[in-house]
Amino acid sequence: MDDRKPVDGVVLTPRQLRNRRLRNIAIGVSVGLLAALFYAITIVKLGPGVLRPEP
Amino acid sequence: MSIASQNNSASPVLIGDYAAGPAEYLTLLKPRVMSLVVWTALAGLLVAPTPVHPVIALASLLAIAAGAGAAGALNMWWDADIDALMARTRLRPIPAGLIEPRQALFFGLTLSLIAVLTLALAANLLAAALLAFTIFFYAVIYTMWLKRSTPQNIVIGGAAGALPPVVGYAAATGSVTLDSLILFAIIFMWTPPHFWALALVKSGDYARAGVPMMPNAKGADRTRSEILIYTLILVPIGILPWRMGVGGALYAAVAVVAGLGMGLMALRVYRIREGSRANKAAMQLFAFSILYLFLLFSALVVEHGFGLIERFGL
Repeated sequence: MDDRKPVDGVVLTPRQLRNRRLRNIAIGVSVGLLAALFYAITIVKLGPGVLRPEP
Repeated sequence: MSIASQNNSASPVLIGDYAAGPAEYLTLLKPRVMSLVVWTALAGLLVAPTPVHPVIALASLLAIAAGAGAAGALNMWWDADIDALMARTRLRPIPAGLIEPRQALFFGLTLSLIAVLTLALAANLLAAALLAFTIFFYAVIYTMWLKRSTPQNIVIGGAAGALPPVVGYAAATGSVTLDSLILFAIIFMWTPPHFWALALVKSGDYARAGVPMMPNAKGADRTRSEILIYTLILVPIGILPWRMGVGGALYAAVAVVAGLGMGLMALRVYRIREGSRANKAAMQLFAFSILYLFLLFSALVVEHGFGLIERFGL
């Protein structure tokens, strides 16, 4: 017979759960915006020449 | 239990469950300070003779804002113990028990790294190095060393707050010139009268926390004299950008009129030394000093942002 007790771990309060979700959303949005910013910077640094076909 | 509630049982903040949401992390970035940093950095970017692509300018400003916020977070991490003792700061996220100190430290360090790397990618290495130095100077030199050891803390530490226009200028040009250094000088000379006006009113707070601000370390009279002296140096420096051709007629008018206002208010603080009128005069100077800096840099933003100087020779 298994006499080990189940481990409950840390039980978060509703407020902690809500704020963790909000933090995750904020991190996701921030990473998305950062990726978009890096993309825009790269395009600007490449300049218009990158779109011209090679002769 | 929160640090605030341990030190003051009447504290309304008893959350202490480290359940911070995005709003608390935003508070950690000192958004009001950040907004002034962004505005002065924008002025630095615009007065630069080299035109900057709008995307690069936006990315640079975002990086500078993130760098300023990161420095604010590191400051709040280190100062959590004294923030808990002062009425003005005891509701900040760490003393209120909303953010764990270690989380604030990692948040500040990560944001610093992202900010500096982004500026290096978007602008250039000099601007990124200047931003890294600004964060280091504010978090280490000012916060960890000067703040608790000398009444000259905000005089020397003011260099960190004065650097953003230099960073903005460097982001555009890749160089540091006299034009950007004069903007640095304005903020550097502005910092002592600005902070000491507040410290005159909140000297009890600083004394309780053991922070040697000028009023509680050297006395209110000496502080009033120094406020007046720094203001008398600040006002002519504020007009210098016009003499050097960095600012035009609009800037000159704003610098003279707002400078007169600063001078008069500093004189009032110097003369009215007793009672509630003295506190009122100090708080008025504190509030006006923010407006003064905002107006000066706004004049530069308007003149250069809308091309008034180039178009009309103003």
